[in-house]
Amino acid sequence: MTSLTDLTLADARDGLRAKKFSAAELARAHVDAMIAARPLNAFITETPVIAKAMADESDKRIARGDARPLEGLPLAIKDLFCTKGVRTTAASHILEPFVPTYESTVTQKLWDAGAVMLGKVNLDEFAMGSSNETSYFGPVENPWRKPGDNRSRVPGGSSGGSAAAVSARFALAATGTDTGGSIRQPAAFCGIVGIKPTYGRCSRWGIVAFASSLDQAGPMTRTVKDAAIMLRSMCGFDPKDSTSVDMAVPDFEKALTGNIKGLKVGIPEEYRIDGMPKEIESIWTKGAEWLKAAGAILKPVKLPLTKYALPTYYIVAPAECSSNLARYDGVRFGLREKGEDLTAMYEGTRGAGFGREVRRRILIGTYVLSAGYYDAYYLKAQRVRALIAADFANAFKEVDVLLAPTAPSSAFARGEKTADPIAMYLNDVFTVPASLAGLPGISVPAGLSADGLPLGLQLIGRAYDEETVLRTAGVLEQAAQFTARPQTWWKQ
Amino acid sequence: MALDKATVTKIARLARVRVAEAEKDALVGELSGILAFIEQLSEIDTSGVEPMTSVVAMPLPRRDDKVTDGGKQDDILANAPEKTAGFFTIPKVIE
Repeated sequence: MTSLTDLTLADARDGLRAKKFSAAELARAHVDAMIAARPLNAFITETPVIAKAMADESDKRIARGDARPLEGLPLAIKDLFCTKGVRTTAASHILEPFVPTYESTVTQKLWDAGAVMLGKVNLDEFAMGSSNETSYFGPVENPWRKPGDNRSRVPGGSSGGSAAAVSARFALAATGTDTGGSIRQPAAFCGIVGIKPTYGRCSRWGIVAFASSLDQAGPMTRTVKDAAIMLRSMCGFDPKDSTSVDMAVPDFEKALTGNIKGLKVGIPEEYRIDGMPKEIESIWTKGAEWLKAAGAILKPVKLPLTKYALPTYYIVAPAECSSNLARYDGVRFGLREKGEDLTAMYEGTRGAGFGREVRRRILIGTYVLSAGYYDAYYLKAQRVRALIAADFANAFKEVDVLLAPTAPSSAFARGEKTADPIAMYLNDVFTVPASLAGLPGISVPAGLSADGLPLGLQLIGRAYDEETVLRTAGVLEQAAQFTARPQTWWKQ
Repeated sequence: MALDKATVTKIARLARVRVAEAEKDALVGELSGILAFIEQLSEIDTSGVEPMTSVVAMPLPRRDDKVTDGGKQDDILANAPEKTAGFFTIPKVIE
């Protein structure tokens, strides 16, 4: 029998129901793997005791024939989701002591569906970063390394701990959040699947806010089918989030028919950027050929404002961040640095509590929202954002789904891009446009680079049409036959 | 637009984030770089374009004006760095 940690979420689900193994055994295997994988620094807080208790409850349910959709399946939770009684840090010093007294809607839905919590995984501080290097708790190691090269690779970000945990097989799946690519880019860097659903599908309630008009939760898994299964349990209307959409949640697993005959797939010309590595271009071409061979019709489409998506994002996201993070004042929760008066306490707390990248974004956000600059920056960005959304709406008059690379490179070495914020921001060039328009996007592992690191392809769909995105992703996955996996160097 | 050190000091003050003097020079460069990057947007004609204020095409939901939650003083104070007699405490603001 394959090891329990090698199972897909779907196979683990079926195996539990067929009583081939128990939820307690499945949890134990993952807890052991999690402990063995500590060198990756993927977890901020491990919760093996909770995992055991939840798995025992699952075994009782299974025994009495009362299994729920995710019964007994061990998951890693990004440490941005508030979990009742379990420390939630957002990978920030300022929230280091924070223990929520409530549960986020998305995690509550997962527990209600029977899932088992392994712990809280690392991320870029407040989800601000593309390499998991801004975490107060230290960087996460990508389980993948270049063959014959011992240097650390970044796992991508911000959901880097989630991606590492799933890729290195110490969680069956993980939750992620995506503001400008934070699910899709780490999924690509670690050779797994990650889907950001349409904005409004998953409730944001109880997720530590970064940029509220962009933040969206989603699953990170090893297969498209697993993503479909987990996504269904995460979505749904929540009156506690004013942007949650009151809409039926489809059975996404049923959308995976494998049939894309006649589907119109758009190839956005503007994503062919200057200096794009050859291997990214060739995997993209390969992906298009795979879809064509499966009966899809390829069509070039124009998204003329693509190059302005990143600058727009780097106004909108910091503006919202500076506003959202105003709540960290040392009064109600988190860190407090003493000061001789109230202002000194605020400034000291926030100066000591936020890391460099977060401070930088708060400052940019404060500047673009300040008197005299609001119209020139923030309002301008909101107008351009409307035009970017209109570009996509036009493209989707002609095609059903868009195919593009997920990231402009494979996983880079640690420290390679930390000196230049703009170089780091450019990682999200292919993921940010769909985020601005609120559209669903998925990254599917498509192959390896010449030096042996995973490469991902991205599919972007119409709003609320995750089904077409997942169906097409299933076909890509089938064609790509991505079976490579990282060497388990951390076990030595 | 390039920022100078005085502006960085002013923004940091507005944002209530203490920035060490030694860090300000680096920030001047970094923030100016980011501003130059985002200023590309001035190339686009946006006259007559309505700003996008909602990602989801739906009216803001309303609820009945009823109290549905509360009585959670202990929960609310549970994470307070300092508290006294059921209140958050802060440094003295009135002499």
